[in-house]
Amino acid sequence: MLKFLLEKEFKQFMRNPVMPRMVLIMPLVMMIVFPLATNRQVQDITISIVDNDKSQYSMELVNKITSSGYFILSDYSSNYSNALKSVEKGDAYIILEIEKGFEKNIVKEGSANVIISANAVDIFKGSVGASYLSNIIYDYSLELQEKLAFINTSPAINIIPLNEFNQTLNYKNFMIPAIMVMLVTMITCFLPTLNIVSEKEKGTMEQINVTPVNKFIFILSKLIPYLIMGIIVFTICIIIAKFLYHLDAKGGILSLYIFTLVYVFVSSGLGLIISNYSYSMQQAMFVMFFFVMILFFMSNLFTPVAYMPEWGQAIAAFNPLKYYGHAVRSIYLKGAVFSDMYRELIILGIFAVVLNILAVISYKKNE
Amino acid sequence: MVKVENISKAFKKMQALNDVSFHAEKGELFGIIGPDGAGKTTLFRIMTTLTIPDNGTVLINNRSIFTDYMEIRKNIGYMPGRFALYQDLTVEENLNFFASVFNTTIEENYHLVKGIYSHIAPFKNRKAGKLSGGMKQKLALSCALIHKPEVLFLDEPTTGVDPVSRKEFWDMLYDLKNIGITIIVSTPYMDEASRCDRIALIKNGVFIDVDTPENIINNFNQTLIALKADNMRQLLKDVRKCSQIKSAFAFGAEIHAVIDSDDYINDINNQLKSLNHKNIEIYRISPAIEDCYIWSR
Repeated sequence: MLKFLLEKEFKQFMRNPVMPRMVLIMPLVMMIVFPLATNRQVQDITISIVDNDKSQYSMELVNKITSSGYFILSDYSSNYSNALKSVEKGDAYIILEIEKGFEKNIVKEGSANVIISANAVDIFKGSVGASYLSNIIYDYSLELQEKLAFINTSPAINIIPLNEFNQTLNYKNFMIPAIMVMLVTMITCFLPTLNIVSEKEKGTMEQINVTPVNKFIFILSKLIPYLIMGIIVFTICIIIAKFLYHLDAKGGILSLYIFTLVYVFVSSGLGLIISNYSYSMQQAMFVMFFFVMILFFMSNLFTPVAYMPEWGQAIAAFNPLKYYGHAVRSIYLKGAVFSDMYRELIILGIFAVVLNILAVISYKKNE
Repeated sequence: MVKVENISKAFKKMQALNDVSFHAEKGELFGIIGPDGAGKTTLFRIMTTLTIPDNGTVLINNRSIFTDYMEIRKNIGYMPGRFALYQDLTVEENLNFFASVFNTTIEENYHLVKGIYSHIAPFKNRKAGKLSGGMKQKLALSCALIHKPEVLFLDEPTTGVDPVSRKEFWDMLYDLKNIGITIIVSTPYMDEASRCDRIALIKNGVFIDVDTPENIINNFNQTLIALKADNMRQLLKDVRKCSQIKSAFAFGAEIHAVIDSDDYINDINNQLKSLNHKNIEIYRISPAIEDCYIWSR
C-alpha cells in the first residue's frame, strides 16, 4: 500500500514544473550567495586622519595603519570638524586625531595621546574597527618602547589572542552550518505540511479517507519523500561547504547525519501539527512562517543564546533548532562527535517523540 | 443493504440532520432529493464513514459505521460532489492509483467500468485537471467503481453537468443497477427524481417523504392548477390573496396553485378578471415531484 502512495507522491512531485528544480536551486543559492553576501568580517574600514603633528612618528603610525589591510585612508583632514564632515558624508567611518606635539611628548615624557572616534551606527563595525585601530596603535607603542629603550615601562602582561575553533574568525564558517540547518528545517517542515493541506483543500484527502488506506500510512507517504529530500539537500550543502568553502565537518559526516536524521522528525512533527489545524494553504503558510521565525531567531543561528536575557533563554530552551544548530556548528567547527553531544541528541529525540505524539493526538481530534 | 436509522447531526447550533431514517435494498437506485443546504452531503459523509453522527446508526450490508468502518470502506464507492481526483495525474494513473489502493487492478474489474471508461479511454494520457466537466464526472465514477463496490454513493453527480451528459450519466447508473450494485444518489434537480426506484425528499435536515416517485405523486391528494396571464408578477400577488388558494408558487412560466377542488376554478377566474388581469388561463394539471416538495412544507 505504502509503495503505491509513495509512487504517486514522487510522480506528482517530479511532474510539478517548479518543485524538483527548487529543491536543487534553494540549497545552491543559499549556500553560494548567502555566506558571501552576508559577510560580517570587518575590513576596508575607511579612515580619516587628522594629523596635527606631521612628524616622523605620526607618519610612521599612519603608515602602519594603512598597511594593516583593515583600513583604507579616505583623507587627511586639517581639523576634527572637517574629518567629522567626511564621516557625515559617508566617506570615512572612523577618525584618528593625532595631537600636536605627538613626537615630542613621546620622546620627552614617554607618552602621547591620540583620539579614535568611530561611527557607531553599525555597532558591530564601529566597535570592531575602533578595537582594530587601538590594537595597531598599541603594537606601534610597543615598537617605540623597544626603539627608545624606555626602562620599566614595558607592560607586565602581554596579551596574545588566539581564536580557537575558527582561527581566522571567518564569518562564513560560522554561518554555513546555520544555513544548512535552516534549509533542512524549511524543507522538512514546509513541504509535507503544505502537501497535506493542499490535499485537504482540493478534497482529494476525503477521497482517500473512504479507501482502506490507513491514516498512519497516508501520513507516512507524505513524510518519507520530504525526509529523503531534506537529507539530499543536506548532502548538497555538505558538498558545497567542502569544495567551495573548504569547510570540513571536523567531527565527521556520520555525526552530522545522525543529528539530521533525528531532527527531520522534530521538524516534520511540528509541520504535521500545523497541518492538522490548517484548513487552507494560506493559513498553513502564515502559521508556519510564524513558527519558523521563532525557531530561527530564538536559537544560536544569528545571536548566541547566551547573550539573550534570561526570559529569552527560557524560550530558546524549548527551541529544537537551538540544539540542532548548536550540534551542527560544533561538529563543523569544534570537531565534536555525537558522543560529545549526547545531551543535545537526547533532547532532540524527546522533541521528536513529543511533537509526533501531539501530531497524532491533534489528528485524531480533528477527525 | 443500506440501513439508516434515526441519524441526527448538529454543527454548533445548526441542526444539519434530524432523525433521518431510510432503508435501501440491494440493487436499488435510491435518490435523496433536496435543495442546497438541506443536509444531503452531511448524510453522505455519515454513510461513507467520514463523519460521526450525534445520534442513530448506519448499517451498510450489516456492518456498522462505528465498528466496521474499515470493512465498509473496502466495499463502498464514494463520489463526492466536488471533483476530488488528482488533477496532476493522468486519467489512467488516477484509475490505476485507486485500483491499487483497493488492492485490485484495472484488468480485474475492467468489465465494470468498461461502459463508462471507454468514453474517456482516448484521453487516458491527459491530466485529469484538463478534462471537461462531463469527462471528469465519468472518470470519478470509474474510480469509484474500479474496486467493485457493493454500494455506490454519488453526491450530486449531475450538478453542473450539461443536459446531454446528465442523461448519459443516468443511463450509466441504470446499467450499474442492473448488475446488482446498490446506488444512493443525491440531486437538487427534482426532474431527476423520477429516474430513481425510490426517493427521499429532504428539507432542512428532515426527510419529509420516502417512497417511490409514483406513490409520492399519487399521494398528492390536492387539486393542482396552473395559471397564466399577461402580468405574471401581479398575478402571483393577487393569486395569493384569493381565499380559495392554499398555496401558490412560480413554476417556470406558470404559477402553480393548490386548491381544494376543481369547483373553485371559475370563481378564481372571475376574481382575477375583476382585478384587471388580461388573457387569463387556468387549467388543472397533474403534479410533479417538485409540486409535492413545495406543497409539503
